[in-house]
Amino acid sequence: MKNLQWRILAVVAIVAVALIYLLPTLSKELPPWWTAVLPSEKIHLGLDLQGGMHLLLEVQTEKAAENRTDRLAEEIKDRFRDAQIRFRQVERQGESGILVSLASGQPWEPVNSIFKEKFPTLDVGARDTTGDQLQVVLQLKANELQHLKNFAVAQGLETIRNRIDQFGVAEPDIRTQGENRILVQLPGIKDTQRAIDLIGKTALLEFKLVDDQNSVNEAVAGKVPPGERVYHGTRVDPATGQVSRTAYLLKDRTLLTGEYLTNAQVQFDRNNQPYVGLSFNDTGAKVFERITGDHVGERLAIVLDDNVYSAPVIQDRIGGGNAMITGHFSMDEAKDLAVVLRAGSLPAPVKILEQRTVGPSLGRDSIRKGLISMAVGGLAVVLFMLVYYRASGVIADLALIIDILLIMAGLAAFRATLTLPGVAGIILTIGMAVDANVLIFERIREELRLGKTPRAAVDTGFDRASITILDANVTTLIAAVVLLQFGTGPIRGFAVTLTLGVLASMFSAIFGTKIVFDYLLQKRRVKTLSI
Amino acid sequence: MELIRPDINIDFVGKRKYAYLLSLSFIIISLVGLVWRGGSLYGIDFAGGTVIQVSFAKPTDPGKIRQGLTAAGLERSAIQRFGGEGENNYLIRTDLAGPEQGNLQDRVKESLEGVYGKEGVTVERVEMVGPSVGHDLRQKALLAVFYATLFIAIYISGRFELKWLPPVIMTAALILGVYTLRVVGLNIPLLILAALLIATALCWVLKLKYALGAVVATIHDVIITAGAIAVAGKEFDLTVLAAILTITGYSLNDTIIVFDRIRENVRKGRRRDFAELVNGSINQVLTRTLLTSGTTLTTILALFFFGGAVIHDFAYTLMVGIIVGTYSSSFVASPVLIEWETRFGKPRPAQGKK
Repeated sequence: MKNLQWRILAVVAIVAVALIYLLPTLSKELPPWWTAVLPSEKIHLGLDLQGGMHLLLEVQTEKAAENRTDRLAEEIKDRFRDAQIRFRQVERQGESGILVSLASGQPWEPVNSIFKEKFPTLDVGARDTTGDQLQVVLQLKANELQHLKNFAVAQGLETIRNRIDQFGVAEPDIRTQGENRILVQLPGIKDTQRAIDLIGKTALLEFKLVDDQNSVNEAVAGKVPPGERVYHGTRVDPATGQVSRTAYLLKDRTLLTGEYLTNAQVQFDRNNQPYVGLSFNDTGAKVFERITGDHVGERLAIVLDDNVYSAPVIQDRIGGGNAMITGHFSMDEAKDLAVVLRAGSLPAPVKILEQRTVGPSLGRDSIRKGLISMAVGGLAVVLFMLVYYRASGVIADLALIIDILLIMAGLAAFRATLTLPGVAGIILTIGMAVDANVLIFERIREELRLGKTPRAAVDTGFDRASITILDANVTTLIAAVVLLQFGTGPIRGFAVTLTLGVLASMFSAIFGTKIVFDYLLQKRRVKTLSI
Repeated sequence: MELIRPDINIDFVGKRKYAYLLSLSFIIISLVGLVWRGGSLYGIDFAGGTVIQVSFAKPTDPGKIRQGLTAAGLERSAIQRFGGEGENNYLIRTDLAGPEQGNLQDRVKESLEGVYGKEGVTVERVEMVGPSVGHDLRQKALLAVFYATLFIAIYISGRFELKWLPPVIMTAALILGVYTLRVVGLNIPLLILAALLIATALCWVLKLKYALGAVVATIHDVIITAGAIAVAGKEFDLTVLAAILTITGYSLNDTIIVFDRIRENVRKGRRRDFAELVNGSINQVLTRTLLTSGTTLTTILALFFFGGAVIHDFAYTLMVGIIVGTYSSSFVASPVLIEWETRFGKPRPAQGKK
């Protein structure tokens, strides 16, 4: 008797807890006293049900290494010039090596001491003396390289997060995956192309001088003066849609980069055309002042991701650290450019490895169809149980309802995501949940046929069948656990609902329905079983 | 209410020659189908590529869609009807999936809008899987199949004999065998095959007849289900693979139910011809088998007909798998037991002839 009471209490408690976890999903608003203490998260819907975008990016950390090495090479050249060391070549070699070629007759000692004192992150390799030239390869230290790569990924993550924040998505999920991958999930996003552009832009802002002395056309044909490069500027005329490409010959040396920016804002000029106004920090402002002061009359090219935005003539020395990027922008283009400059440039470019986007209408459609299938399938099963097992069928149906309740509550409680295969998993478990009841009821029928009393039949039926049920479900659980381990998003959703469903159905069939039978037999003293 | 009389006695065992024929034909058809489809079996999850699902406001045809794609350079993509009659959904599939395809979605949209107008076409879904991710997913899928095979083999080896030694031997043999083959350099698909062969061989050697029956039935089920996918022109993607793994677990349920009853009857010591005993057992659990598979099948059918095009292939795989899995418990697993007993079984002192 007491045993029965405790069991009933246990089931009631579990159902109550399940309902508590489910309430946030079912009700629109929760009173403050609820949200303070009790769980208040809706069930998370996967992107395939909500609509949204899933993006897997790879940070090209080699580029970050190359950039750092290039900068170090430049620094070495500066130091050499300051110390009047004669050299023929200082060039990056591979990802993280620097080939230093000294002029003939250049003594090694001062070179070596510069390396040792000013460049602690570089390993000095073996010296090679061919002819009268001294050559040595410097290599970035291994742990420094690794540190750099890790930093590139971490910084990339932050930058992308900042960019997305400004874009205004409700519940973005941005995290690293593996050594150099970043996973971005943006539920509910509508303008996927703009988001991809925003995320993928390296946004390296550089200021370089234009070489107006030498001929651009000759450079394009192949005669590029040393230390210079041909860049292009692409412009789309907003009125005609025509794309024009202009070539510029720029001195490759970057004078100023976007890392000195404190702000970038969309502003409007006299013709109400949007442009992006830049503000530099103190250091940047000083550098900018010096550049403009030293090169009045020359043109300063504003280069973003190797694309020349504009190359205005420096009229005068510019103090105060403000600059403008003009370029016939649409409002959206200007806004996005400002966002990307504010959030900072990516330390290394990113490559899109995988993209999955579901439109909101397809998402809603999938939910609707999933619910219809669940209703149809569930109803068919419920009716069958009623007809075939009569009153016991009602008990089995009640157990089924509790199953579904427990699965949904489990999703909410574990913060698991419900995906479309997950809904299929629930539908599958509706079918399988009833299996357990069928096994028990068939066994009870057999025992009754052998002439046992209802009490004995029920007990034996449950005992014998329970073992088979537990057992038979183990193989399904093995499959579910393997899928959980190796599956990606939607598959994992399936594995979760399958696992929850199997466990819930075992619980409600073996434990739950037994309680009802015991109650009927003990308390109500039912004589015959309607089964 | 009773669908099946309790004293039913269909002669499953007597008819088993027909069952062998049926199974064999299905297996041959499946294998031929799998080989014939070859590379086209793989969805973009494994082969890499891009799939774009578009819906049109008015009915159209692939030819016109192809025209619409010319501006985006995709006129040579595969175009396929998708989904129900009233929905005008099409799948555009291409092998292109590199970073240079970053704005593929937009290009396609603009290109199609050029022909159908802005309101006439909607991009419902885009899936782009680059080559490195495709490779990763292939590896993961194979590993999943591999581990599932291992665990199930180990579980089966112990489940029926209820002794602890067989699973231990099975585990040791599988780990050893797989490790050595891995060192030799075998790739994962061959490792899976090797694991299956080792498991089957061990069952034979250790005289685990029940386990052998279960393993043979499972292999039979997987081949035919995979064949059903190949023959129906469908593709293997992650969800279909998940369905196949689920089926593997589920069809064993059924086999376990039948075998449990057989073992129970053997324990009761009925001195009957083994084949007769098996037949009796199958009949005894017939109601259970049909009902459990039936209810599961009903729910999957609901998903198949009402669940929509996206989950359709998944539902199809489950549907075929459940039917084949139920069939195999009675017509593949049990006959294996009988054949084994006939060839290797101990002669019974008192033979009760039918």
